[in-house]
Amino acid sequence: MWQEQTLTETFVEIIARASTQLPPDVVEALRQAKDKEEPGSLAQKALDTILRNVELAGGAWQPICQDTGTPLVWIHHPVGVSTRMLTRAFTEAVKQATARQLLRPNAVDPLTEKNTGNGAAPGIPTVHCEEWDEEDLEVHLILKGGGCENVGAQYSLPNSALGADRNLEGVRRCVLDAVHKAQGKGCAPGILGVCFGGDRGSGFVESKRQLLRRLDDRNPIPELDALEQRLFKEANELGIGPMGFGGKTTVLGVKIGYLGRLPASYFVSVSYMCWANRRAGARISPKGEITWLD
Amino acid sequence: MARLTLPTDEATIRSLRVGDFVELSGRVITGRDAAHHWLVKAFRKEVAPFLKDSVMYHVGPVVRKNPDGTYTFVAAGPTTSAREEPYQADVIGTYGLRGVIGKGGMGAKTLEGLQRYGAVYFHAIGGAAQVLAQCVKRVETVFMLEEFGVPEALWVIEVEDFPVVVTMDAQGNSLHKEIEKQSAEKLKSLLSLGA
Repeated sequence: MWQEQTLTETFVEIIARASTQLPPDVVEALRQAKDKEEPGSLAQKALDTILRNVELAGGAWQPICQDTGTPLVWIHHPVGVSTRMLTRAFTEAVKQATARQLLRPNAVDPLTEKNTGNGAAPGIPTVHCEEWDEEDLEVHLILKGGGCENVGAQYSLPNSALGADRNLEGVRRCVLDAVHKAQGKGCAPGILGVCFGGDRGSGFVESKRQLLRRLDDRNPIPELDALEQRLFKEANELGIGPMGFGGKTTVLGVKIGYLGRLPASYFVSVSYMCWANRRAGARISPKGEITWLD
Repeated sequence: MARLTLPTDEATIRSLRVGDFVELSGRVITGRDAAHHWLVKAFRKEVAPFLKDSVMYHVGPVVRKNPDGTYTFVAAGPTTSAREEPYQADVIGTYGLRGVIGKGGMGAKTLEGLQRYGAVYFHAIGGAAQVLAQCVKRVETVFMLEEFGVPEALWVIEVEDFPVVVTMDAQGNSLHKEIEKQSAEKLKSLLSLGA
């Protein structure tokens, strides 16, 4: 079984990978976007710089973006593993990664207004632990920057200004409104994680969990798959473009999930992830062997 | 691609237009949320000379302290400028800034300030922390490091060929205003909403 110290070391590796190596599906989506934009346009130049940056960061194992974000962590574990130990190990990994400049000291105490200096604070990192039947641990991490987190949005339906009723068409309207409101501020082209249903808290968590999906996967639920494809096309028609400079690429992907809701509530939660969709996943066997998951 | 050396002067800045690519070289000072509050709360004469005719970079960098006591910027892309909207025009006017570097653009109050004082908004590529950190050649000094922490401190840096695009100029033009308007029209048509 896993020792806390060994796990901490593995978690630091996962953080290093997320902070410095952009997943291949995201790089591919950025390349395709660059080819689609007008030669010489601001949009194409922005994407060109982005791709150059991804290459530099990856080669040097340095942070892709200086805002190394909030570490959002999901851990599946077998029966009998202490979730307190897992959370402690990950928190320690965040501190070590911060000391090594893989992460920026990114946690501020809002009462004293002091930066804690080590990357950790109550709620940072956020570690979601879930027991499963397998014998391995599986860890998924997203580093979500503050700029894109600030443009996330939550809607309570119905919403008459948007003509949004409590149905998938209403969801569509909210998502397009959120993309418009975000403009380039969330570091477009972004990836949208969406959840309809749930409460105000769980809805946002699920919308973020959707960001773990590969950009090239398809939603197994046909209605949601159709909505994802449609929103991808329509969000790009808004013409906001990379960095909000105008252009054909406003989003790189749309991922939609749902949760049960109360009869009285119908929330649509939209999490905007910047183009630097820093995702890393690993499976860790009881012997400590790591299999990287894209 | 035009090249611009900092500090600069009003006439040079007023000649820039939305859409211009510029490479900046010379002295830049960093500042974000805490710095803007601090700069407007009182006149900070110790940093004022570093701001005069130069530009302020909205960034919260990752910085390494070297064994000899010097600092190196490890990652340094722009942060969202919109949060400084309430303060930016005053900071420009009070300290004689000729521009700011950031991302996402700024609003009407800043645009008006750019026109009045002769300054521009330079947009850097958000997230391009490595490309941009490589343009930071030297850290000259730092203010409020202890009080604000690494991301929020005011770092005086020397940059070389730092690539930016003018997205708000001193003539009252804003690419952000234009894109916002065009995309609002498109949104209305996608949602079949009236004016």
